[in-house]
Amino acid sequence: MLELDCRGLVCPAPVIELARHIGDVEPGGLLGVVASDAAARVDVAAWCRMTGHEYVGEETADDGVPRFVVRRVS
Amino acid sequence: MAGPRVYLDSASGERLHPAARQAFDAALDTAYADPRRIHHAGRAARLVLDNARAATAEALGVQPDEVTFTSSGTEAVHRGLLGLHHGARGRGNRIVHSSVEHSAVLHAAEWSGAPTRVVAVDATGRVRLDDLDLTDAAVVACQSANHEVGTIQPVAEVGRAAGDVPLFVDACASAGRLALPEGWAALAASAHKWGGPPGVGVLVVRRGSRWRDPFPEDERASEHGVGFENVPAVLAAAAALQAVVAERETENVRAHGRVGWIRRVVSDLPDVEVVGDPTDRLPHLVTFSCLYVEGEALVTELDRLGFEVASGSACTSSTLEPSHVLAAMGALTHGNVRVSVDRNTTEDDIERFLAELPGAIERLRARL
Repeated sequence: MLELDCRGLVCPAPVIELARHIGDVEPGGLLGVVASDAAARVDVAAWCRMTGHEYVGEETADDGVPRFVVRRVS
Repeated sequence: MAGPRVYLDSASGERLHPAARQAFDAALDTAYADPRRIHHAGRAARLVLDNARAATAEALGVQPDEVTFTSSGTEAVHRGLLGLHHGARGRGNRIVHSSVEHSAVLHAAEWSGAPTRVVAVDATGRVRLDDLDLTDAAVVACQSANHEVGTIQPVAEVGRAAGDVPLFVDACASAGRLALPEGWAALAASAHKWGGPPGVGVLVVRRGSRWRDPFPEDERASEHGVGFENVPAVLAAAAALQAVVAERETENVRAHGRVGWIRRVVSDLPDVEVVGDPTDRLPHLVTFSCLYVEGEALVTELDRLGFEVASGSACTSSTLEPSHVLAAMGALTHGNVRVSVDRNTTEDDIERFLAELPGAIERLRARL
């Protein structure tokens, strides 16, 4: 899984990074957004709904920061 | 910037209704004394206050002795919710509230120290009755309509489900524009949301409700209130409320149509999401969120162009937390804008706003 390090970035930067890099994975592939910003939890899922990608769920990175996992649909 | 500035934030504070200005002016000269003194000037102020109370009660469809004027909608929320909670001791102790209540409700619940339980909402922001769990509940709080996204709440159904657990309704977003819902024990409203002056709230406590003052007693004041009312402002608030209620059938149709127009145009913009219920909603406000845009930057850019709007995005709030309303709905929290119209808004205002908005969003996205 490709991982985007968005620690310390505030909204909407993590979602902008996500949009920039979703093309870096193949359709069906996973992209993880590691973000400390409180808004990312809602906004990554909302981005998936608005753009037709799949929100897989939330994990935790080794340092305890949440990782929001997205599957590229097309 | 072309043309005059356009105020599109009536949901934060509506422009003073002409009826309010007239009443305020008249009352300044006659209602300066303490309405609880028995001398002539005091009795004159008392008469004005009682008239305002009677007019407010009639416009809201409640009894005059159920109405108390407070110093703000927030104070009415605090007194209403916490008074029901305090009066209900001996049953449960829990405060149950929806996830999309105004922060005044959330802060009051937290301040009480009582355990709380949150009722979830659906994607439109409507309270999910299937998530209403009243175990140990002392009081339930459910707003009449959501202040950020406009969705109207099923208050009467919540009240029926609550049974003998008292229901507190924060009606600040809808009072004046919409008739009050049914089934509650105490309710709060705010005059500057209907074109009255700021600094006047209305607390309605139903006869027979178990309400007990949660704050220090004030034996000079009315049963449910505290302090010396701002009598001229209270009269102005009542005059505005009467006028707004008399006009609302036509005004609401007009506002609903204009907001519907904004919703249609905005929902066609790329990567923009309009949130809240499209039909069962407050007539005068709409909220939308734009991907890849900071809410603060969008508000600032629109202000530069002459349009005054609100935002629930984290970077525009004092807490730097995203709007708990948008988060509870699962709606995009960044790039958020709330637009609200009032009786002074013109079609030209909206046409100009809709003409400038797409360019404003595109310019901000291009900067990234």
